[in-house]
Amino acid sequence: MKVVLRNPRRELEIEGDASVKDVLKRLDIIPETVLVIRDGELLLKTDLVTDADTIELRPVISGGSTR
Amino acid sequence: MKCKVCREPAAIEIRRHHAVFCKDHFFEHMSRQVERTIHDFTMLEPGEKILLGVSGGKDSLALWDLLTDLGYEVDGVYIELGIGGEEGYSSGSLQLAEQYAKNRDLNLQVVDLATDYGYTIPEAAAETRRVACSVCGLSKRYVLNRVAHDGGYDVLVMGHNLDDEAAVLMGNTLNWNLEYIGRQRPVLPATKEGLVRKVKPLLRIAERETAAYCVLKGIDYEVDECPLVGGNTGIRMKEWLNVIESERPGTKQRFLFGFLDRVSDQFASAHQEEVELNECSNCGQPTTNELCSFCLLQGRMADRG
Repeated sequence: MKVVLRNPRRELEIEGDASVKDVLKRLDIIPETVLVIRDGELLLKTDLVTDADTIELRPVISGGSTR
Repeated sequence: MKCKVCREPAAIEIRRHHAVFCKDHFFEHMSRQVERTIHDFTMLEPGEKILLGVSGGKDSLALWDLLTDLGYEVDGVYIELGIGGEEGYSSGSLQLAEQYAKNRDLNLQVVDLATDYGYTIPEAAAETRRVACSVCGLSKRYVLNRVAHDGGYDVLVMGHNLDDEAAVLMGNTLNWNLEYIGRQRPVLPATKEGLVRKVKPLLRIAERETAAYCVLKGIDYEVDECPLVGGNTGIRMKEWLNVIESERPGTKQRFLFGFLDRVSDQFASAHQEEVELNECSNCGQPTTNELCSFCLLQGRMADRG
């Protein structure tokens, strides 16, 4: 599967099918810090991502001054 | 996973509430959380003129959407900070804010720091040798209050969410900044002429939820992080809190609301003792000095060679 990361934008390849939970675990990403998006839809931790899929891991932490 | 309300396929899980929602029941949940926060802290009264600080990011656009759907008439103000040049971060955020306002037929006022005040955030950071977030925070606080005051608004609504407030509280607690801890309230009253009341209706909502709300509602928001934010301690605080949250869901909410419900009153005196405000001799806004920090900054930027 192709995994698109943001800030900065980059792509990774992961072999085989895996649940969202396992993908995040493999990449050492805390689930609270991202949305996992496939074809414009949010995925849940139990959803299966197949080898042919492209998913975006969209960070949700934003910062800076008194936003 | 199934929605806990209707058993239809779920769109999002919120672990700290032990809840899974479909899209529609998630929207309902968000709306109820905002409504409850407004009610519990008496944030907005009927008939008040409301201004929202809009950044083009997930929090302010989600909040504008939620408040509008709750029946509030809310104008927005966007501050063009001049970050990233003509095709850069600020102009992209502005486009998203304008697009949202246009789609929902809402009123958005734009203040351009460069045009209206003579500097951009990168210029001010370079000139003062301060971190960008510091001059940015100072500029935004001043301009937002100024626009709200001059526009006759009763209240300035901000998109600070649960993560923002928990991270600020953690930072101030780790350093025992008593004045700042005493100042951290869901409602900041207009204690002096020239100040407009500030309220934070997203207090109960984590930023993952505002982002999810925008995605599920089809609201385009600025996903990229500000390019000047590197090393910001607020983001580090959020990351550390999220490590705890992932093992103990609900920690952020218990930390913030435990403070607000049971502790914050004990710090109020630390804040009040510190507040002796005069009028800035240049702009008339409240300040502890002769010139307010914003006018000092603006003067310095005007004087640069």
